Amino acid sequence: MYDVPLSHVLFVSTALFFIGMYGLFTRRNMITMLMALELLLNSVNINFIAFNKYLYPGKLDGVFFTIFIITIAAAEAAVAIAIIINLYRSHKSIDIESAAELKF
Amino acid sequence: MAGYTYVILVPLIPLVTFLLLGLFGRYLGRSSGMIGTAGLLAATLLSFLTAFQYFFGANHVNGVYEPISAFKHTWLQFSPGLSIDMGIMLDPISVMMIVVVTFIALMVHLFSLGYMKGEERFTTYYAFLSLFTFSMLGLVLSVNIFQVYMFWELVGVSSYLLIGFYFQKASAVAASKKAFIVTRFADFGFLIGILILGFYGGSLDIATLVERLTNTASPEFIAITAASFFGISVLTWALTLVFIGGAGKSAMFPLHVWLPDAMEGPTPVSALIHAATMVVAGVYLVARLFPIFSMNSAVLSLVTWVGVASALIAAIIACTQTDIKRVLAYSTMSQIGFMMFSQGLSKTSGEDGLGYMASMFHLFTHAFFKSLLFLCAGAVIHYVHSNEMRDMGGLRKLMPVTHACFLIACLAIAGIPPFAGFFSKEEILLTAWNENLFVYGIGLFTAAVTAFYMFRLYFSIFWSQPFPTHAKQPATAHQQEGSLTMQLPLVILALCTIAAGLVPFSKFVTADGRPLETHFNPLFSVPPVLLSIIAILVAAELFKHGDGRAANIAAGLGLVYKAASKKFYVDELYLFVTKKIIFPFAGRPAAWFDRNVVDGCINGLAYITASTSNAIRWVQSGRLQHYTLYFFGGIAGLAIIFIYLWK
Amino acid sequence: MLLSLLIIFPLLTALAILFCKGLKQVRNIALSGAALQAGYVVYLLLLFVQEDIAVKGMAFQYACSWFEPLSINYHVGVDGISMVMILLTACIVLAGVLVSWATETLSKEFFFLLMLLSLGAYGFFISLDLFTLFFFLEIAVIPKFLLIGIWGSGKKEYSAMKLALMLMGGSALVFVGLAGIYFNTGTFDLLAIAANPIARDVQLIFFPFAFLGFGVFTALFPFHTWVPDGHASAPTAASMFLAGISMKLGGYGCLRVATFLMPDAAHAWSWVIILLATIAIIYGAFATMMQTDLKYINAYSSVSHCGFVLLGIGMLTKTSINGAVLQMVSHGLMTALFFAAIGMIYSRTHTRMLAQLGGLLKVTPFISTVFVIAGLCSLGLPGLSGFVAEMTVFMGAWQNPDKWYRLATILACASIVVTAVYILRATGKTIMGPMSSTYENLVDAKWNERLAAALLIAGILLIGLAPFLINQLISPGTEVIMNRVIGFSK
Repeated sequence: MYDVPLSHVLFVSTALFFIGMYGLFTRRNMITMLMALELLLNSVNINFIAFNKYLYPGKLDGVFFTIFIITIAAAEAAVAIAIIINLYRSHKSIDIESAAELKF
Repeated sequence: MAGYTYVILVPLIPLVTFLLLGLFGRYLGRSSGMIGTAGLLAATLLSFLTAFQYFFGANHVNGVYEPISAFKHTWLQFSPGLSIDMGIMLDPISVMMIVVVTFIALMVHLFSLGYMKGEERFTTYYAFLSLFTFSMLGLVLSVNIFQVYMFWELVGVSSYLLIGFYFQKASAVAASKKAFIVTRFADFGFLIGILILGFYGGSLDIATLVERLTNTASPEFIAITAASFFGISVLTWALTLVFIGGAGKSAMFPLHVWLPDAMEGPTPVSALIHAATMVVAGVYLVARLFPIFSMNSAVLSLVTWVGVASALIAAIIACTQTDIKRVLAYSTMSQIGFMMFSQGLSKTSGEDGLGYMASMFHLFTHAFFKSLLFLCAGAVIHYVHSNEMRDMGGLRKLMPVTHACFLIACLAIAGIPPFAGFFSKEEILLTAWNENLFVYGIGLFTAAVTAFYMFRLYFSIFWSQPFPTHAKQPATAHQQEGSLTMQLPLVILALCTIAAGLVPFSKFVTADGRPLETHFNPLFSVPPVLLSIIAILVAAELFKHGDGRAANIAAGLGLVYKAASKKFYVDELYLFVTKKIIFPFAGRPAAWFDRNVVDGCINGLAYITASTSNAIRWVQSGRLQHYTLYFFGGIAGLAIIFIYLWK
Repeated sequence: MLLSLLIIFPLLTALAILFCKGLKQVRNIALSGAALQAGYVVYLLLLFVQEDIAVKGMAFQYACSWFEPLSINYHVGVDGISMVMILLTACIVLAGVLVSWATETLSKEFFFLLMLLSLGAYGFFISLDLFTLFFFLEIAVIPKFLLIGIWGSGKKEYSAMKLALMLMGGSALVFVGLAGIYFNTGTFDLLAIAANPIARDVQLIFFPFAFLGFGVFTALFPFHTWVPDGHASAPTAASMFLAGISMKLGGYGCLRVATFLMPDAAHAWSWVIILLATIAIIYGAFATMMQTDLKYINAYSSVSHCGFVLLGIGMLTKTSINGAVLQMVSHGLMTALFFAAIGMIYSRTHTRMLAQLGGLLKVTPFISTVFVIAGLCSLGLPGLSGFVAEMTVFMGAWQNPDKWYRLATILACASIVVTAVYILRATGKTIMGPMSSTYENLVDAKWNERLAAALLIAGILLIGLAPFLINQLISPGTEVIMNRVIGFSK
């Protein structure tokens, strides 16, 4: 019935996760970092959907959770972009390094 | 027993005047002197009444003057048995002392009216005088050894305040400080002595202590003699320590250094405190506890030898001083030395108790003639505006009254009959003759030296060169001998100096309270009187003409003279110990240690904390990405631990 | 409820101050609040005297539950010892408010913090529950940090930090001790713990924590270094509070908590206490001799004088503990007076260095007299409180027949000489001697300063002249403590 085994899906999501992580760590541009963050979230989403589909086909918990995360991610993106815009207004830059005023 | 409660007024009146002058002095102004004097006059009359009632009243029980406790109130209870009581004890010596103290204080109050006239702090001066008089009266009337200690400290403070009266003069400040600290050092001994006596005697009440510690069968006496410390019985320690207290107050060698410096105070104060009353407190203290002292021959011989040494050393130093008040100060020290060794040689009862009586007698006569000498010196200083002998000379015509009084006092201290000093000194020398010939020899020699230096003083002030008509001091109306209030006390004291020796003292004050028959032995008196007269003649020869003869002799003596004029370097020794040993080796290291070691440890602790956090603060880089890295690293680490390593 | 008012009064005053406008209103409220407290404390004293202490032990007791699960109660009550401490607090608070009359910067906050401090002190002295006792102890610490840090002088940040950290360290030790007691008895109630003695080995472990912790507050050597720095930087009123009240919190705690609850351990550890106390007395006195700043002089002399408190407690005789309490009261009044005098001098001459002062008696006779009286009290002049307290300690200490303890007593007695040296040095250089011409126009004390000094001097004289009064007050309290000490010493 299933042509694609679970491990393939997990492989994709893991790859996605590490790509996101790499982006998060290396990029200084906040927008890019936000995008990397979205990749992380989406890799988790893929995992949820895949485990729901493969392991507990009768249930919908994983799907619900995924929808939940997508909602949160949308809200989070809105807030984050608002912050970034404000930061840009005050610092004329969206480089993460330039916002270091609260550093000890 | 009843009928003595009024004695409490004798110390209380000066206390009231002190409070009055101290608190409201500003509003009283000039009248404060009169208030102080009037109050003291009342106290003096009361003490005369007390003496009359005590000595001639009906409390002769079997021919003995019984001590009377006129008043007693528990002031501070330490523990059962041990308490500080405030009270009034009347016995022959305390009655004698209140008469002396109030009378001399009255004279000084009177004299000061003229002497201190126009002083800025006139009121304060009288307030301090009243405070002193109160404390001294409280001291002599004490029933409790701790009460003695309290008033002992109070007289010390009044003395401090009065020596430092001219507070803007650096030398006066230094002198007041020195006087207080040296006597405080002695009081430390006294305090430990009291603690020991109180602990073993089980009481601080003087009468109880005397009763317990003179009875060789009492458990207290057995305990205190059985206990020992460094091989010396605790009784000896206690009495020695108490005696150190007395020696400090009485300026006995080697604790005498403060007395000459104390002359920085106003001269009437020197007359009252540093000649007639406070400095004899040590003698009085030994007399008060004499029954206990007499149980211990070791301490008595200490008393004797300290007295002898002080008498001799002070007399020699006095010959070389040029400040007239300092000469008098050393003379005071010497005379107190006489009183001390006389007590040291005495025993408690009968004929053997002669020394005790002689000591008290000398205290009594000395108070008159020495305060007279000081007041005369005050009059002279008031006139000349200098303490130095070389600024004086030929004053006998300018100050006839003072001259006569000074001469009388000098004759008295030199021991020429029939002046007061003769009688008392005779008794002291007789005691020494009976007990210890060596002491007698020194006593005799010192008596002759006393005559010499007193007449050196006399001739230098009143004879010598004619009075230099001062360039700086024009002969104005000020150049009078002094007002009536200054002359009256001199005359009264001079009369007392003549009469005091004739008081049948041994009838009233003796070691055991029984009247003592003294025999006047003309043959015994010949050597001391003869020696004194020779000394006076020598002094006259050397100093009457004011030429260089004395200086030549002094130069001939060389080093000996220099040592004596430098007071045998005792002061330098003290300075060396304090400035070179205590300050740099105790004070400064303590301060340094505290700032650097103790505080350094605390600061070091803080430093270590701070530097540790400094060392690891790079972890808090403030970079989001570092934190995420740690976060994921942490998760990965935990995942590895939980999945693979955790069993 | 009688005692709770003691906490409520300062609290209300503090709140009222917050709603005030302008300097005038603030200090009027502060003064009336402090006066009200003092009046109430006197009223309380009158009631207390009529109580039959022998029967009740602790007067005016009131208890209610505060936090049930840990059996923490709000339990208050006083005996003679805490009564005199409360009196002392009221007296110093009033004097402190009067002395800081001229505080203009942030006056509202200043008086607010003073009131908060007094609240902590009252609460501490009346608490019969170890937890609330600790709670009030902390309340009394925090405001000091701000008082020194904001209104202080010199290196104030450093001093404030040092003081707060060291006192917090002390509190931490205290807390370990209290927790130790709690976990071994299951209650925080002082009287309940006293009724069921703690096992000896438990006492031996937790006594040092409690004693050292409170010892930090009362300048126990070698934890005394906050005293000189803290005092030197603090504003006058804070110095008065610090020396007059805070250091007494420690002494009271050592007595009431450590010694009273753990008498066995007090016996066993007494040699350490006496050793440290004797060092503090002698060493503090010698260190004082070398100071050149008036506040440092008084601070180091406080180290020496508080040594007498600890010596008295360590000697464990009834008289010596009486003496320790007397010394606490006496030292509180005396140093407060001394700091007040120094503050008055400093506000006029703007220096506290001995070398720059001199001859002030001429221009400011009142302040100088106050200074001399404080000094004389410090060196133990009869008729002033210092003498009574010191002599009682000596007398009590001597009753402990141990040879080494006697030696310690003698050494402690020797400090009276050193005390004389440094006091006379300070007096001689400050108010006597030649005066600098720049001081010609100084004005003498104002009414508020006169009143504050008069209040403190009255206290000193009262104890000095009629010690039997205060002795009657203290004795029953020490009796109770001593009965426990003697009862368990066998």
